[in-house]
Amino acid sequence: MEVPADLEARIDEAITHYPVSRRSAVLPVLHLLQHHFRYITEESVAWTAAKLGLEPIQVLEVVTFYPGFRQTAPGKVHVRVCRTLACAMAGSYELLEKFCQASGIDREAINHHHPIGVSPDGKYSIEFVECLASCGTAPVCLVEDDLHEKVDPAAVDKVLAQYS
Amino acid sequence: MASNPVEYLPGKQPHPREHRMIFRNVDRAGWDASIDTYLNDGGYEMAKKALKMERQDIINEVKASGLRGRGGAGFPTGVKWGFIPPTNTKPVYLICNADESEPGTFKDRYILHQDPHQLIEGMIISAFAVKANLAYIYIREEFPHAATIVEKAIAEAKNKGFLGKAIFGSDFDLEIYVHRGAGAYICGEETGLIESLEGKRPYPRIKPPYFPAALGLYMSPTIVNNVESLCHVKHILQMGGAEYAKLGTPNNTGTRILCVSGDVQKPGYYEVQVGKVTMGEVINDLCGGLKPGRTLKAIIPGGSSAKVLKADETYKLKDGRELTIWDIPMDFDTMAACGSMAGSGGVMIMDDSRSMAWVINNLNKFYQHESCGQCTPCREGSPWMAKISDRIIAGNASPDDVDMLEQVANQIEGKTICAFGEAASWPTQSFVRKFRDEIKSMTKADLAGRIVNEETKLAVAGLEA
Ligand SMILES: Cc1cc2nc3c(=O)[nH]c(=O)nc-3n(C[C@H](O)[C@H](O)[C@H](O)COP(=O)(O)O)c2cc1C
Ligand code: SF4
Ligand code: FES
Repeated sequence: MEVPADLEARIDEAITHYPVSRRSAVLPVLHLLQHHFRYITEESVAWTAAKLGLEPIQVLEVVTFYPGFRQTAPGKVHVRVCRTLACAMAGSYELLEKFCQASGIDREAINHHHPIGVSPDGKYSIEFVECLASCGTAPVCLVEDDLHEKVDPAAVDKVLAQYS
Repeated sequence: MASNPVEYLPGKQPHPREHRMIFRNVDRAGWDASIDTYLNDGGYEMAKKALKMERQDIINEVKASGLRGRGGAGFPTGVKWGFIPPTNTKPVYLICNADESEPGTFKDRYILHQDPHQLIEGMIISAFAVKANLAYIYIREEFPHAATIVEKAIAEAKNKGFLGKAIFGSDFDLEIYVHRGAGAYICGEETGLIESLEGKRPYPRIKPPYFPAALGLYMSPTIVNNVESLCHVKHILQMGGAEYAKLGTPNNTGTRILCVSGDVQKPGYYEVQVGKVTMGEVINDLCGGLKPGRTLKAIIPGGSSAKVLKADETYKLKDGRELTIWDIPMDFDTMAACGSMAGSGGVMIMDDSRSMAWVINNLNKFYQHESCGQCTPCREGSPWMAKISDRIIAGNASPDDVDMLEQVANQIEGKTICAFGEAASWPTQSFVRKFRDEIKSMTKADLAGRIVNEETKLAVAGLEA
């Protein structure tokens, strides 16, 4: 695993935000690594541990706890559809189906143990997530870092087209 | 204080019943998140003023204001600040809870995106008052743009000398950093948040100590406050605590942002004086009423963890008043007296098109997903409830299953390390108790007594063989 110098510089800067304990930097370090490599590999875990002076298990237990860290590669464009009540009332289950259809992802393969479905061409991945704190504009989804509000399930093609 | 007239973007005009204070700049025409815009509007004057005040005087103003936390529990902010041991010699930390993860709640996001300097100013005042030189803003991972905006705002403030060493030329130092979560609801619980900030799994801590103000981050006194609460501090200083307390109603002072979602014409955010509007006014005035031809069925009034209110209920209060659901003033105390809670301000409206079994199943799945797994009743009970309500909505449940659903919830409540246990069980208990007949009507009597669990079936078959 090659951590580019500019990424490592950003990581080193992030660590300075935690003058009391380097361990506190584990989330920001993992975020930066995931942002660059798209998911957290075993090597990233070992690298983070070495960087922060921790045992690899102390990093791994964090990675496995948080839904926000992925241990497998997502698609080039990652879509997170809100599953929770307000969005479900506004049709988010249908929205998820439509995203899956539009990107060729098997809806049935997305479940509690495999939360992320990836399209066969690797272009898209889809995840059903919990409340995104935008319930007033339900149904919503995050595509990469962007929130899309009041998404019409019939128009998912248009949403995806913005990212190709 | 310089203060420009406020106009709002087309179509974003606040409702006349609103009292915009915290959301004054949300959707404001000509407004942006930059420090220059904020300074042009009289920004940071209160922080400057605070740094010349006695710390105890600030705390007294916050106490006098009656401000109650807007994160969920409604605990008086000034009282919480007073819990830092007077003999303390360790560093004190301030944490802003911007995890905003309680379903139905969507107010902090607009402050973070559109008015980050209001939050930073509130934090400077609060940090000075509690003697914290290091503060963190814990932002949920799903707000990536908010994190960037707030980080930029912090850098701007630092450039101006409002953060860093000897701020505003005083002898007070303050650093604020953004810390991003990673998609777990339990990081909103303040001790889970602290563990997360320490780089560990966000397992909530065993109480006592009941407040991180006694022992918090790095085992030092720590004040955790919600985004909205910290913004209020600025306005309390501006108005004076006693004057602020005239907003709202006694013991339920100030304004708060209601987040309305679900089956209304105009869902959205509405900042109102606490207790000065009723539930009926929220639905019919602020939100433009129910959808055409629909009738009200149920309301979750304070985030998904609050107990559901049923449309045809009446509530007898201790003072003799009898309220319908429409009459309930949107405050902390009356909502509690009606058997639920004002919580995080997330009001979820359900009309007669909604199946209550389907709703509780949706919420069961949320809590199933979010239990941190430390305590057995919560770790096992949350998925169990989801399994039972899955059966119910699939038409594979017996009437007894509905009672069992309630019993499982009863076995979680009060038996766990953190209040997630209540958060998971209160919705279930209240939906089952109030809509038992409807939920039971989806079950089949001839399924009673059968074994549903595959492992149990195998075990029984093994015993019989
Ligand atoms: C399961 C659970 C989730 C919570 N989530 C949040 C949250 O997302 N945001 C928040 O401000 N408070 C949340 N809280 C409340 C915090 O623990 C804490 O009481 C609050 O941040 C204190 O701030 P306040 O006094 O200003 O309200 C949560 C509590 C529990 C038990
Ligand atoms: S109640 Fe649930 S979420 Fe809270 S500590 Fe126990 S297992 Fe974790
Ligand atoms: S329920 Fe989807 S954003 Fe809250």
